This record gives sequence, C-alpha cells and structure tokens, in this order.
Amino acid sequence: MDFQLSQDQRALRAGIRGLLAGRFDRDRMRAAHERGGGVDRALWRELGAAGFFALRLPEAAGGVGLGLPESVLLFEEVGRALLPGPLAATQLAAGAVKGVAEGEAVVALAEAGRPVGHLEGADALLVLDGDRTRLVSGGALRRLVDEARPVRSLDPGTPLWRVPDLSAYEGEVLPDGARLRCEGALLAAAEQLGSATRSLEAAVQHAGEREQFGAPIGVFQAVKHLCAGMLVRAEPARSAVYAAAVTGDPVEAAAAKLLADEAAVDNARDCLQVHGGMGFTWEADVHLRLKRAWLRSGQWLTSADAEEVLAADLG
Amino acid sequence: MDLAYTEEEEAFRARLREWLGSVLPGLPGKPDPGDWPGRRAYDAGWQRLLYDAGYAGLHWPADAGGRGATPTQHLIFLEETERAGAPYVGANFVGLLHAGPTIAAEGTAGQRARWLPPVLRGEEMWCQGFSEPDAGSDLASLRTRAVRDGDDYVVSGQKIWTSHAEVADWCELLVRTDAQAPKHRGISWLAMRMDAPGVTVRPLRTLAGSTEFVEMFLDEVRVPVSHRVGAENDGWRVTMVTLSFERGTAFVGEVVACRRTLDALAAEARRNGRWDDAVLRRRLGRLSAEFRALWRLTQWNVSEAQASGGVPGIGGSVFKLRYSHVRQELYEAAAEVLGAGDALDLDREWVLDRLSSLSYTIAAGTSQIQRNIVAERILGLPKGR
Repeated sequence: MDFQLSQDQRALRAGIRGLLAGRFDRDRMRAAHERGGGVDRALWRELGAAGFFALRLPEAAGGVGLGLPESVLLFEEVGRALLPGPLAATQLAAGAVKGVAEGEAVVALAEAGRPVGHLEGADALLVLDGDRTRLVSGGALRRLVDEARPVRSLDPGTPLWRVPDLSAYEGEVLPDGARLRCEGALLAAAEQLGSATRSLEAAVQHAGEREQFGAPIGVFQAVKHLCAGMLVRAEPARSAVYAAAVTGDPVEAAAAKLLADEAAVDNARDCLQVHGGMGFTWEADVHLRLKRAWLRSGQWLTSADAEEVLAADLG
Repeated sequence: MDLAYTEEEEAFRARLREWLGSVLPGLPGKPDPGDWPGRRAYDAGWQRLLYDAGYAGLHWPADAGGRGATPTQHLIFLEETERAGAPYVGANFVGLLHAGPTIAAEGTAGQRARWLPPVLRGEEMWCQGFSEPDAGSDLASLRTRAVRDGDDYVVSGQKIWTSHAEVADWCELLVRTDAQAPKHRGISWLAMRMDAPGVTVRPLRTLAGSTEFVEMFLDEVRVPVSHRVGAENDGWRVTMVTLSFERGTAFVGEVVACRRTLDALAAEARRNGRWDDAVLRRRLGRLSAEFRALWRLTQWNVSEAQASGGVPGIGGSVFKLRYSHVRQELYEAAAEVLGAGDALDLDREWVLDRLSSLSYTIAAGTSQIQRNIVAERILGLPKGR
C-alpha cells in the first residue's frame, strides 16, 4: 500500500497548476467574475489541447488513458484557481458528446428542482432527473433554452437559468448514470477540496501579515485556532476524496462529497472571518470561493442525500 | 495513490489472522476492571503470547529487539488484532508505546538490553510520570527536583494522571536537574523503580467512577544516575521523541473499534425504531463519513511515515483533533439511539463509554494545545502565548 501521490501524479498536478497560473491568474479570475462568469471558450480549448477533457478516454480513442485519481487531482487545482464552468459534466461526457475531448464543446449540468448553470451556449446538457441520466442536445436543447429564464445568480462566476420542467425534454439516456453521478460528485468534491485548501492558505497568509495590537494577528490563539481548524477540516476531506478516487466506491464518494462540501464552505467562512472587515468586501476573493462552494454543495449529491447513502450502508 | 496491499503484506495479514484464530479462543476471561493484579496478569499473558509468536515490538528496530516491520505491516497488525477482538495493549501501554520507544531511540546499548526485553516479553510494566499538579499543558514548567548525591539522584516532588501505576514496575519520570536553566533546558528523563522507598501512590477517581490513574508523591526517592536516558538536562528533547510516538499510529485500533460501534448503533436503532428519525439517521451517516475519512487519513499518514523511513509526522495532531472530537460525537449519538431513559443506565452498553470519551479532548495534549501545535508547526503561524 502506498497512498501517497506517485511521481507522475505530482507532475500532472504541477502541470495543471502551472497552466492555470499562466492562463488564469488572479487578475483574469477577477475579470472573469466581473463580467458575470460563464465559459471562456479560448481557455476551454487550451484545456482541451492539454488533454484535460480527454484525460480518461482510452488512448486508443485518442484520449490520455488516465484514471479517476488523476482526474481528481486536476479538479482540485481547478477548484483552487476558482475556474468557472461545468468542467465536471463536460469531462464526464467526453466519450458521448462530439468535440468535448478537444475542448470544442461545453456540456452543462441540469438537476431537477435546481437552476441550471452555464446553459447559454452549451452544446449539450447532462440531465440528472430522478434516476434517469440523459444527454439533451439539438432541437430539444434549443427549446429548453428558449423556455429557460435567467436567475440573478448568487455566484458571480456561474450564470444561472431556471427551467420550468426538465422532464419535458427528451434526450439520449445514458446506461451508466449511477457511475456518472458518483464520479460527478467526486469531481465536485475535489474542486471543493482545492477551494478549502486555498481558503486556508489565504487565511494563514493574512494572519501572518496583518498587524493589530503591535503583532501579526496570527500570534493570537483566537485566530490561530480558526486556522488550525481549517486544516483539520481539509485533511480528512483530502484523504476521503483521494480514497474514493482510488476505489470508485459510491459510499466512499458520498463521504468525500459530504466532508469536502463542509470543508469548502466552512473554510471560506473562517477565511472571511480572519480577514475581518476586508473579508466582507467585494474586493476580497473569499466571497467568490464561498459562493461557488455553496453552489457546488447543491450539485450532484447534497449533504442530506450523502448522509442517507452513508446511513443505508451501516449496520 | 494505491490502496492495494502488496502480496507480502497480504501474506502477513493471512498469517496473523490464522494465528489470532488459533490463540484467541484459548484466552482466559477478562478480569474485572478493579482487579489490578488480575489485569496485570491478563495483559502480561497476552504480551507473552505475542512475544512467543514473533509479534512483540513488531515495528521496533532490530537492535531494540523488534522485528523491523514496516509502518504498513504495523497498521495491518493493529487493524487485524482489533477486528479479531484481541486484548488491548492495556498495562503494557507505556512500556510499548512511550518508554520503550524512547529507550530504543535514546538509550545506551546497556539500557536497551536491560529494559527492552522485559517489556517485549510482558514481564515488566511501565507508567508515565510527566504531568504535575502545576505542569499540565505547560509540561516544561515541571518542578519535581532531582539532586545529585554520589551515584544517585535524590528525587522529590509530585506527579499526577499516572495510569497503571498500581501495577507498574518502572516509571518514566521527568525531573528538574537544573533549576537555573531556561525551563526546557533543565529537565532530565529517569527510569525510576516503583517499589523504591519514598514512592507513594494515591488513586484518583475519574468522573466515570473508576480509578484509571493516580497521583504519585516522591519523597527523597533515590534513582541511580545510570538510570538516566539521554544527557543530563536534555530530557525535554528525549521526551519529544516519546510524544511523537504517542501521536503516530496510536489510534488505529480505536478507529476500527469506532466503526464497529457505529454499525452496532445503526443495528440497535433499526431494532428499536429510532432509525425512522431522519435527523438521527443522518447523524449516524455523517459519523460514518468521519470514521471512513479517519481510516483513510491513517493510511495516508502510514504511507507518509513509510516514505520518510518510519518516522511518524506531526500530522498526528491533525488526526487527534478530529478523532477525539468525532469519538465524543459518536457517544452523543449513542445516547440518542438509546433514548433519554436508557442513556441514564450505567449498565447499558455505551453509557460508560460516553463518560470515558470526555477525556479524549484532554488527555495526551488538549485540543487547545494541539491547535497551537498545528498552527505553529504545520501552518507556520508566529509563536505566541
């Protein structure tokens, strides 16, 4: 047993981190959020060229041939960088929708009873509706977009639309819907983990720099213990996310999503608190992470559903 | 990232399972918690069985009488013994997990030869004399004095929270040997015989009603200078070696046990109808996520230790913070499963455990001290008060 990252996995993580640092630095991240989020098609194509979307397609089919653990490492970095877009749904649809592997197509995610993100301009829609998982595209998708109404989105990085009744639009039913949902939850959990880690780093940096009472505020236990608590949330979540990626087990994925959602939301809140008044401003980045973390908490598998999955497995 | 065990590791597990299956049915019945001689004999007997089968000091280095097993093999050992319901380390705890590893790391060849084999064979038990009434979280401010007199130290002072003192032969003792030096630099580590003249032990009753630890009064106790491990006044560093062992793989068995308890709670809730309460059901589901994650974090830490040559990292503080909190939550949930009436009955399962669990966020470094360690040593925040 060696649960640590392999050399190749470390290299993969460094590669995507480097790509995002060069192509989606803080200025670009802020600019993307100021213009209302949405998908940057040029960046999407660059990710496609780097193999992001074809990561798990077999090499024989033109893919990279890597597995869920590698995918999770990529999504952790995406979460760190706060890159907007339906990346998980798109990567999962790589074998099923033309152009996805190359970064030419965007597949948005729609779940019954919730607003749909990134609907405008999407090439296909991955619909989770009851136990059915299907891909809606073409004429049905155009009709759906026509009938959708924009929502004033809480998350500046994710434009949202309300669709009256998802069940009214037919599409191609996917045979492995349960697996897609499990993996989608896990990729979202990986993004949450990256976000939770970034919030911790931002809080620690601020606590080391900001001075009050003649000392960096990180000297004070009240602040120190908030930061320690953030690490204590993030590390068990990390182990849960990585383990679920290795086993592919749906109950472990539920544990991962539950703990990563909590880590992302609560770490963003504590990060905001450590930043004091600045944390409440638009200028600070932490509200963007908190809002995205709230959004992702409601996607793929909610806390309540994850807890029921875990409970059903007990006894 | 690979969670699969190697063929060699699986073979180790299979041999261990077979051995456990052959010896556990022949064990005597567990002694009453208040029967200290019985507890000592029981724990000693189990340790002797481990020794004879080659499982004693599994992960200790060979020059300390150990088997040089990898951290992963140690993890498998702790997992399988707990699964099989084997006896807990019990009165051998300090010898095997604190004093022994300290002597193995810091003792002379003669000290290792004198003290380690009897620990591995279950013949000698140790207790820990670290904390004092005025030196708890601030352990380095301890005041028990040791004054040189010829080839002896003469030791006077008071220790507290000493577990298994009733049955121990030896005490790993921290004493002040230089009152003028800064507090961390005037401490020495001594091995003291518990039957030495001047040692008085008084049991302390815990809130659970049991006497798991004592206070210990030392009145001019003579300890040979040759029983000092490490240099004079270097005891703080020697102690930190011990504490890093305490925060290593120490909770593997407990996490396995907690997962079994959680399954039993779910079964009981299904039986008594409380499973229909969605709030309780979801609470148990959340605890399942926590213990699954703690198990995976254990595997992560063990893999890290294996990569670094077997040294447990300070990540143990992160683990202990989460684990001690979640284990308390587990018994709070147990009280819900039992219901308001049965949760008041000390003879019902889990009710005493709920009381005992209150110590987890205090013992072996309070959660507040652990957060300081995490913030300063892992996150690099400035040291403060």
